[in-house]
Amino acid sequence: MDHTQLEELRKLAEDAIRRAADIDALNQVRVSFLGKKGEITNLMKALRELPPDQKKIFGQKINEVRALIESELQTQLPILHRRMREARIQSETLDVTLPAKKRRFGHMHPNTRALEEVERIFIGMGYEVVEGPEIEYDLYNFEKLNIPKGHPARDEQDTFYINESILLRTQTSSVQARVMEKGKLPIRMICPGRVFRSDEVDATHSPSFHQIEGLVIDRHVSFSDLKGTLDTFAKELFGPETRTKLRPHHFPFTEPSAEVDVSCFKCGGKGCRFCKGEGWIEILGCGMVHPHVLEMCGIDPEKYSGFAFGVGLERIALLKYEIDDMRLLYENDSRFLEQF
Amino acid sequence: MNSSMNWLKEYVPELDCTPEEFSDAMTLSGTKVETCRILNRNLRKIVTGKILSIEPHPDADRLVICQLDIGTGDAVQIVTGAHNMKPGDIVPVVLDGGKVAGGHEGGALPEDGIEIHAGKLRGVPSYGMMCSIEELGADRAFYPEAPESGIYIFPEGTPVGEDAPSLLGLNDALHEYEITSNRVDCYSVLGIAREAAATFRKRFFPPKEDTSEGSGDVHELLKVKVEDPELCPRYTARIVKNLRLAPSPKWMQLRLASAGIRPINNLVDITNYVMLEYGQPMHAYDYDKIRGHEIIVRRAEDGESFQTLDQKDRSLDHTVLTIRDRDGAIGIAGIMGGQNSKIEDSVKTMVLEAACFNGANIRLSARKVGERTDASAFFEKGLDPNLASQAMNRACELVEKLGAGEPVGGMIDIYERRREPSVVHCTASEINALLGTSLSPEEMKAILEREELSTELEGENLTVTAPTFRQDIHRMCDIAEEVARFYGYASIPMSLPSGAAIGGLSTELSIDERCRHSAEALGYSQAYLYSFESPKACDRLLLPEDAPERQQIRIQNPLGEDFSVLRTSSANGMLGSLSTNFKRKNRDIRLYEMANVYLPKSLPLTELPDERMQLTLGAYGDCDFFSLKGDLELILNRLGLKKRFHYDAACPQSFLHPGRRADILYEGRRLGYLGELHPEVLENYGIGERAYLAVLDMKEVYPFVRDEIRYLPLAKFPSVSRDFSMLVPLSVTAGEIEDVLIQRSGKFLEELKLFDIYIGAQVLSGYKSMAYTLTLRAKDHTLTEEEINAVVRKVLDGLNRLGIRLRD
Repeated sequence: MDHTQLEELRKLAEDAIRRAADIDALNQVRVSFLGKKGEITNLMKALRELPPDQKKIFGQKINEVRALIESELQTQLPILHRRMREARIQSETLDVTLPAKKRRFGHMHPNTRALEEVERIFIGMGYEVVEGPEIEYDLYNFEKLNIPKGHPARDEQDTFYINESILLRTQTSSVQARVMEKGKLPIRMICPGRVFRSDEVDATHSPSFHQIEGLVIDRHVSFSDLKGTLDTFAKELFGPETRTKLRPHHFPFTEPSAEVDVSCFKCGGKGCRFCKGEGWIEILGCGMVHPHVLEMCGIDPEKYSGFAFGVGLERIALLKYEIDDMRLLYENDSRFLEQF
Repeated sequence: MNSSMNWLKEYVPELDCTPEEFSDAMTLSGTKVETCRILNRNLRKIVTGKILSIEPHPDADRLVICQLDIGTGDAVQIVTGAHNMKPGDIVPVVLDGGKVAGGHEGGALPEDGIEIHAGKLRGVPSYGMMCSIEELGADRAFYPEAPESGIYIFPEGTPVGEDAPSLLGLNDALHEYEITSNRVDCYSVLGIAREAAATFRKRFFPPKEDTSEGSGDVHELLKVKVEDPELCPRYTARIVKNLRLAPSPKWMQLRLASAGIRPINNLVDITNYVMLEYGQPMHAYDYDKIRGHEIIVRRAEDGESFQTLDQKDRSLDHTVLTIRDRDGAIGIAGIMGGQNSKIEDSVKTMVLEAACFNGANIRLSARKVGERTDASAFFEKGLDPNLASQAMNRACELVEKLGAGEPVGGMIDIYERRREPSVVHCTASEINALLGTSLSPEEMKAILEREELSTELEGENLTVTAPTFRQDIHRMCDIAEEVARFYGYASIPMSLPSGAAIGGLSTELSIDERCRHSAEALGYSQAYLYSFESPKACDRLLLPEDAPERQQIRIQNPLGEDFSVLRTSSANGMLGSLSTNFKRKNRDIRLYEMANVYLPKSLPLTELPDERMQLTLGAYGDCDFFSLKGDLELILNRLGLKKRFHYDAACPQSFLHPGRRADILYEGRRLGYLGELHPEVLENYGIGERAYLAVLDMKEVYPFVRDEIRYLPLAKFPSVSRDFSMLVPLSVTAGEIEDVLIQRSGKFLEELKLFDIYIGAQVLSGYKSMAYTLTLRAKDHTLTEEEINAVVRKVLDGLNRLGIRLRD
């Protein structure tokens, strides 16, 4: 063992460190010099053989070389780390225009999408959303709505009957009497639901469809409140530019009654193919609850008044999403549903 | 309901608006105009011309050259292919630069008409065109005198150079209205005219119904007895003698045409005219055919047969009201007369009937007899009985005016309970409160009187008297409506109901909504299915004869067998939609539905059925039993059902694969079921791959829904995992193993997870290999080796009892 030998070992180590291409190679170098069976470790072991005076000198020397190698290794490690990271980045370039991997969401039916919008608007105005039975007594669907047996309005709504007194409700208005009868006033509610009429299936008819009934009963409710409410609703649903127009109409259970048109949200009212040149689109029927209806439900019309309205859900959905055939709503073709 | 502007102007002569203005204003005052057809929209520069000469065309055999006098002094030369005219005829001529409505073939009219320009036909100049009735946009049905093909020829003596459309009644507009059921009076030209007068603030001049006294007395010639005043509140009759059948005058024919009624002869036309004008149908009987000269209004006998004037035999019963003579029926009241009393050309004397019949009864009878006529359509709305005598006198006035016969003096009028005008007392402030307006009593009175509602004021008290034809006016709100209509709905201010309120979904609806949103997050799209189906659906679903699902509610009057019962299960509907998608080659379908099934409490139905909301999942493609099971559990977890679900393979759903179906249970309650569809059912629905179905009965789910969230502290002490690789007898289910693992590991169990399962050759026959990881943790300390070993011992003991061995 002499100085030259140590010096060579040092050079050898420095060389090996410099040549190490990556961290693995560097670790190899560490092991081969500083490991349990490494060169330096071997020299240390060989020290035992030397006389004490040389032991000290060579011991110091070996430790110096060891420290040098150690520090070289430490210097080289981050350099190699950085080099490797850069090489990795370089080698990992993606074609970012390759197709995305998508999980699939389910889609809401357009009816429900429209319904949730309508519900959101009315909930915001303090309306409760409630339900009523789809199979209903004649009493609630007709009698209590001022449509006694033999009334011509019964002919206008082709009714599916189960028997004399039970039918498939033709209108969500049937829920009005049910809610009023409970006697909890004031009332501010909407009731969405399925209704049935004996219409053959075609592009604009379906034997079952959906309505949203609205009912407000309180002291001092007026026709102007009805107008304001529906105007607010229409602006929320179709945009702030929307205007509403009420036309006198007749429903047996409201008086006065009206049909409501909104300015065409395609052309803004100028007249286009969408609104058939009219500039206006009919969306709902409404009116002040008939005092006789209130009386039949045990509410004193001298003290309370109210308004009711009924919107066709499909009508809103077809209009909003420009769907031209009602049959699509019941086919459930995924290519249709996935557009909503 | 239709009306012609010109006809309306007979009663409202000061009406001076365009047809479009008319449509808008009438709609806004409550008489909704559905369509407006302006007859002369595309008629321009069309005058009457007299043919002076007709010469052959030198170069065309089929064409002729005509010279016409159009009243300007100079003759106009027109070349034409028509041959039905001769010199001296007066014809409509469209001049150079003019316009006609359609081609000579008739058919659909072009939007903008057809412009006519001077030009040459085979070298000969032509300065216009002679017109057929079709080219004028009209129809031979209403101009029966027009030739089948060729130029329209005016009667002799028609002046030349006049506006031809005007002479033909084409300078007019037809409005079609939607009349609401409360305004029976508006199913008449007079009713519309009255509304128009009120809308435009013009004076209204109804017909005077003047007839001469007439000679003789009807009461000596005819006896009338009404045996059922309930069904016939009023019956009036007059007799007209010395009848002279002839075509009615052109003006009357044109007005009938405007309502789509073909002219027939003066008698028929007069009754139709009055029906349109007053909304009161009339009927004429041949007096000489009335046996005993006696009319009895009475219900038919059950089983009675009667031939109506269209020569059809009708079978009647005691609910049908008939008009009879001494020997039997001569007409079905309000629906149709009899063959035996019908007016024929030989008629000399007629009985005119104007009656009021019970509307509801006429509607039922018309349905029973199988014939809804123009007359019955009027009666079934419920007419004002006071109309009958007015219409009767108007008809007789027209009979005289047209020289169609001589009315005999007097009118038979059987009218027991006279209808009186209704009187409404209310206050201006009530009306203002209802409408949200601030009108003075005087303003209200002025508005109401425009509508012939005479109004007495006393301070702010209004006493309003409504004529009997206004059957819709009974109380304050009706008066408020009248005020609102003519004050203008648009003039009423806008406000919002006062007071604050809290809105929101009902509990059930909000749970349904959460489920829907979860299903969508899991990739299911929402389907809408019909509530009704065919009873055959039960067979397609292989439901046994005694299956509860076969207890379906039947619709009395369905749209056909396919829509005849209310569904008791959502399976058929969902399978139908999966099938539609499969047939259209849509792949990887996941659908859900949230809707009711209808379970009768007893059949036939005596009370409302149980409507049960169902969440139905249906899928094929990228899914299997266990993915469906996972989706179902996730949806329920989201609702706060976080305990362990149990699955019972003894699930009775016949449409599911017998080895791949289960009921899902929670806390001992059956929430629904899931499974793979039975291969035979898939065949029945034409679905060519495995498909899956799951149903949750929401009514069972609602009680378990938990909304409250309480934070649990995060674990502070480490967990320990132990793997159990086991040889399990094939008959032992994972559920049984998990029961043991859960019971035996007690409170330290944090999670158990199956990480491997293998069935096959590598394993001892009769066994499967399964491996679970058990994760244990204590809340308050680090588990000791002893505690862990105790759990493992207990678990192993339990597994042992199931015949399970640990693998080496």
